[in-house]
Amino acid sequence: MRVEITEAVWLDEHHEFSLAELANLSGLSEAELLQLIDYEALPAMHATVATEARFSADCLLIARTACRLRNDFDLDAGGLALAIKLLERIHGLEAQLRALDAQLPHRRK
Amino acid sequence: MKYKDYYKILGVERNASAEDIKKTYRKLAHKYHPDVSKAPDTKEKFQEIGEAYNTLKNPEKRAAYDQLGSGFRPGQDFRPPPDWNKEFGDGQFSFDEMDLADLFAGLSGGRRGGGKFPIPGQDYEVEAGITLDQAARGTEIEVNLAVPEPGENGFMRRVPRTFKARIAKGATEGQRLRLPGKGGKGLNGGRDGDLYLNIHLLPHPLFRASGHDLYIDLPLAPWEAVLGAAVEVPTLEEKVRLKIPAGTRSGQQLRLSGRGLPRPREGRGDLYAVVQIVVPAELSERERALFKDLAEASGFDPRGHFKEAVK
Repeated sequence: MRVEITEAVWLDEHHEFSLAELANLSGLSEAELLQLIDYEALPAMHATVATEARFSADCLLIARTACRLRNDFDLDAGGLALAIKLLERIHGLEAQLRALDAQLPHRRK
Repeated sequence: MKYKDYYKILGVERNASAEDIKKTYRKLAHKYHPDVSKAPDTKEKFQEIGEAYNTLKNPEKRAAYDQLGSGFRPGQDFRPPPDWNKEFGDGQFSFDEMDLADLFAGLSGGRRGGGKFPIPGQDYEVEAGITLDQAARGTEIEVNLAVPEPGENGFMRRVPRTFKARIAKGATEGQRLRLPGKGGKGLNGGRDGDLYLNIHLLPHPLFRASGHDLYIDLPLAPWEAVLGAAVEVPTLEEKVRLKIPAGTRSGQQLRLSGRGLPRPREGRGDLYAVVQIVVPAELSERERALFKDLAEASGFDPRGHFKEAVK
């Protein structure tokens, strides 16, 4: 059987999405995304006009998480923004922990 | 078709009110939501809970579920009562090979199809463990999914799909990749879902990754640390000789520039050799004598700062 090969797209700062693309891919509406920007839970780039904002592709992960939390906990925009900020802080701390753990000498087995 | 007891999964009575079902679901979501909990099997457990809730929260789906009957054990093969599919389907399909979740996902307002508005396909997330060597060189991984697609009868059925995802060099722990359109099929003109790969680096016997930097423990004999030495250190590609300066201390990190993981576009991380001064487990007579001589001759006091601190 011939297996199709697909190129995986990096979700990092080198790729960008428009507000409409981010809404389409995340499941949140544009209005909800704009609220998250207002609450500083979602960093937008080049945002002189909010609806023309561009987003680094890794924002898609934040927006998808926000969509899951909204669906599963019925959170309003304020609660959602708070949950997202706290989760991002936890992810940052987990990354720091992993980095520190990598630097510690490990016992040889 | 395998029976699933949605009431038992949520832990509510069959006659529970819609409000009680919602409250119970919220409590379970706090405990098992994959964005909140890191306990093992959380994802699978929450998927099961979500499937049960999505059916029971909708009065018409719940009525359809209740009419399936209640005398079955979870996992037991069963068939709905004879007239069930006339009331909730079009009466002309088989339940064989069908998943209960797909059956109820296809029901809307008690009837199948769900109208004609575009419905985007489901997104999927897959954990992908790759080795450091695969991350450094780029790799292809095979992904197997069972994706719901509409069958001839209009109801969803699981279709196995296999494809290879090419991961360019430079991936690291926690990196997310997107494969557009590789999730579930969209309905009524809705876009196909996406597949997301969550990259995890598999443990390596020597190297530990932090971003694109790598760390390796570098055991040194006491005399190598004191006198300095040149030692061979493995890197991802080859062995290199590393100069150890005289007076190197335990825990010190010696940087090998550009010997870490390659970054996605350009450049590489560094490799850090973390010094560990190790002592021989057994000593020969001569070694013991030499250490004794050293102990007598040396004025070095490794705990001198203790005295200063408690003067």
